[in-house]
Amino acid sequence: MNGWSELDRFLQTDPRDVGCAQAMELLHIYAELVAAGALAEQRYPGIAAHLRACGPCGEDFEGLLAAVRGGAH
Amino acid sequence: MVPANRTVHETPVTAARLDAESAEWLQTLAETCPQRDAALARLHEMLVRIARGEVARRGPRLRITGPELDDLAYQAAADALLAITGKIGQFRGESRFTTWAYKFVIFEVSAKIGRHFWRHPSVPLDAEDWDRLPDRFGFDPAQEAEWRDLLAALRRAVEEELTPRQRVVFVAIVLHDVPLDALVAELASSRNAIYKMLFDARRKLRVALAANGYLGNDTSRRS
Repeated sequence: MNGWSELDRFLQTDPRDVGCAQAMELLHIYAELVAAGALAEQRYPGIAAHLRACGPCGEDFEGLLAAVRGGAH
Repeated sequence: MVPANRTVHETPVTAARLDAESAEWLQTLAETCPQRDAALARLHEMLVRIARGEVARRGPRLRITGPELDDLAYQAAADALLAITGKIGQFRGESRFTTWAYKFVIFEVSAKIGRHFWRHPSVPLDAEDWDRLPDRFGFDPAQEAEWRDLLAALRRAVEEELTPRQRVVFVAIVLHDVPLDALVAELASSRNAIYKMLFDARRKLRVALAANGYLGNDTSRRS
């Protein structure tokens, strides 16, 4: 049943999640690490957990990464 | 979720040596620099380019098109320029200056898209359309007998376990698909505060459903 797993996935929370404020504060550092192929998730697991769960911050991260990689040019 | 006022045990931020390009930006944007106006114009041009790229990237998922989208990009660039010049003393060189600057314009694009949502609101915030819940999570109508009790339990938990504010946030985002940034604008709040309310609501609801045997007992996800 797809609905059960989708609801369960939505309700799951990760205690490592640092929240939007901290993720937004460090997003430029995290994006550069990812763009450089460095181990951003291992260095900042709380930010990685947050970006997986927070749609708006995840969207900002994708946009910043695209800009850093030149995708916005 | 790690409370905002608690130290996170991750790699600490350390001051880094500036790359040449970042150092030049800082030098030319200094208030005493004769080239400051030219540097501001160059920075603005760069921010407009990034903002236009970002609205184009998000465009297909938005209810904004054409000149309005371009106008939004220009406004985001102008506001980001103000934010950057106001906070330039906070740049610590942990990334390139341009990456730090891009972040501001990306955030401005998000905030403006959030505010734009309420120009054509599709739902009043105080409505509670619970009939949308099955579709929201992809429950198959043909199998209603199997999920009816689960969703009834979820609704009870929303009514009994959540605070009034958590309930408003849950209903707006989950039942009415209001974007989180749009709710931030409507409630004059912050993204962090709304996310925290939804985070706490999700945790409470999962505990309630697990206690009644509807979901498994693992309370954290380690993916």
